[in-house]
Amino acid sequence: MREERDVDLSVQDGSCSLEVVSQRASQTQRIGMALGGLLQAGDLILLDGQLGAGKTTFTQGLAKGMHVTDVVNSPTFTLLKEYMGSQSRDQKESAGAPLALYHFDLYRLDDPDEIVDLGFEDYFYGSGVCVVEWAGNADELWPADRLYIRLSTVDETKRRLLFVATGQRYCELLQQLQKNMYAITRS
Amino acid sequence: MLVLGIESSCDETGAAVVRDGRYLLSNVVASQIEIHNRYGGVVPEVASRQQIAAIIPVVETALAQASCSWDDLDAISATYGPGLAGSLLVGLTVGKTLALARNKPFLGVNHLEAHLYANWLRDEPAPAEDAVEAALREQPGDPLFPLICLVISGAHSEIVLVREHGDYQLLGRTRDDAAGEALDKVSRVLGLGYPGGPAIQRMAQQAEDAYVEQKKSVKKARNVYRLPRAWLRGTYDFSFSGVKTAMLHLAEGATDATRTHEEGKPSTQYTRYTRMGEQAAQAGAPDVALLASGFQEAIVDVLAVKTRMAAQEYQVKQVILAGGVAANLSLRARMRQELQPLGIRLSYPSIDFCTDNAAMIASAAFFHLSLGERHGMELDVQPGLSLPFRK
Repeated sequence: MREERDVDLSVQDGSCSLEVVSQRASQTQRIGMALGGLLQAGDLILLDGQLGAGKTTFTQGLAKGMHVTDVVNSPTFTLLKEYMGSQSRDQKESAGAPLALYHFDLYRLDDPDEIVDLGFEDYFYGSGVCVVEWAGNADELWPADRLYIRLSTVDETKRRLLFVATGQRYCELLQQLQKNMYAITRS
Repeated sequence: MLVLGIESSCDETGAAVVRDGRYLLSNVVASQIEIHNRYGGVVPEVASRQQIAAIIPVVETALAQASCSWDDLDAISATYGPGLAGSLLVGLTVGKTLALARNKPFLGVNHLEAHLYANWLRDEPAPAEDAVEAALREQPGDPLFPLICLVISGAHSEIVLVREHGDYQLLGRTRDDAAGEALDKVSRVLGLGYPGGPAIQRMAQQAEDAYVEQKKSVKKARNVYRLPRAWLRGTYDFSFSGVKTAMLHLAEGATDATRTHEEGKPSTQYTRYTRMGEQAAQAGAPDVALLASGFQEAIVDVLAVKTRMAAQEYQVKQVILAGGVAANLSLRARMRQELQPLGIRLSYPSIDFCTDNAAMIASAAFFHLSLGERHGMELDVQPGLSLPFRK
């Protein structure tokens, strides 16, 4: 019998992809946390998947990985919530500034022009980390280099996470994430 | 004290004149719900463009309806957060400008705090003008401190302990979706439209009426779906994303039986709720009204029980409801049921003052202004403002 593989990385012309199956919400958060710990200023993370697929759950973990102490909840109503990560020990040693997290939710927007009108683009090239839920509602807007994550429902608690990285920075990020992730998906 | 309040934090543009924080002289709202209905929610850029066009006529109408001149006003107030930056900017700028031009004291108001103060507004006419000192004292009909406030809207679900004017302690909040947001999303999934709260309440009422007519138990009928409730015991926090997802799967199972899920199973077979939805569809047409009733009950159940528990633990005299979801009749009735046996008073604003309005802004401003607070012209909008909780 073939051993079930939970983590699978493939590399293909400038983009890398990785598929992970999370058994439950707490594991989805831990995967998010592992990614959050690797992020740096200017990073763009796009999330997609239907209602209840775990986008906000994943982002909560990601925020924890960035040492955000505030409660992260759904930004659907306000479209954008800003958080400030507190300084980790590593950052203090290297005198780095704490990172801002910009948590977007485009659920209610159908027209990418609305996002341009709102001035959201300024954030995407700014000094914090941008996480965008329902990124598919503005497909043509995103720069070529980004990390795209599609979440889908397998059953009540199980979720499939497909990571697609484009550009060198994000491919390296994904490779590092894969290394850190074995421990999580084995638990 | 006569205060003009201006509100433009989200999709409404409002102005109101209120005496002594309680008595309404006028309350004007230009609603944009019809425009936003098309988008399934508020679209900020659309909102602020509409507000710029509406604000001056709205303010003028509020003064005219109150039969009050600029000279009669004692102060001007406007919302400065939380909300959408572009929308807030419209009301705050107009408020500050009018205060400067007319040489009146100005106060920026926290929109969330104002939702609480909607409980101080009343329908009866203003008595003969009071001295400010008298108006500041507790009056018959005012909520009694200490109290528990349940703040429930599209963006908030919080249980707050209020010991005195301005003294807020956060006891619990949502960990994911706000109650109003879950109602909006599920309403969209069920095809009932925006805003979701009233739409779901209407459908739920239909189901309940139909069962009463047939002398059957609606409770028994909707329990077929066994919707999950996140109690998060030992905390006053909420979580509504689980019940939202269960509803989505129920609807998917009931309506989407033909599509094949990626696992190779029929799409309706992948969770307990998709299977439940499919069974409901096979037994006849899926009963959307009954689903709406079950969903509303699941949300109201958790809100009411946790609020009652907080009221007991902190031994308060009164519970107040604040925010758009406070308009929900099922929640009001259930809260009354929970609190009456304990002798704890319950109040909620009249329906018009649950949703965003300018009267509550003028009310909140009164209590701050009476204590001598003022804001300068440098006050800026704060889209992410929260209640000023004690640490």
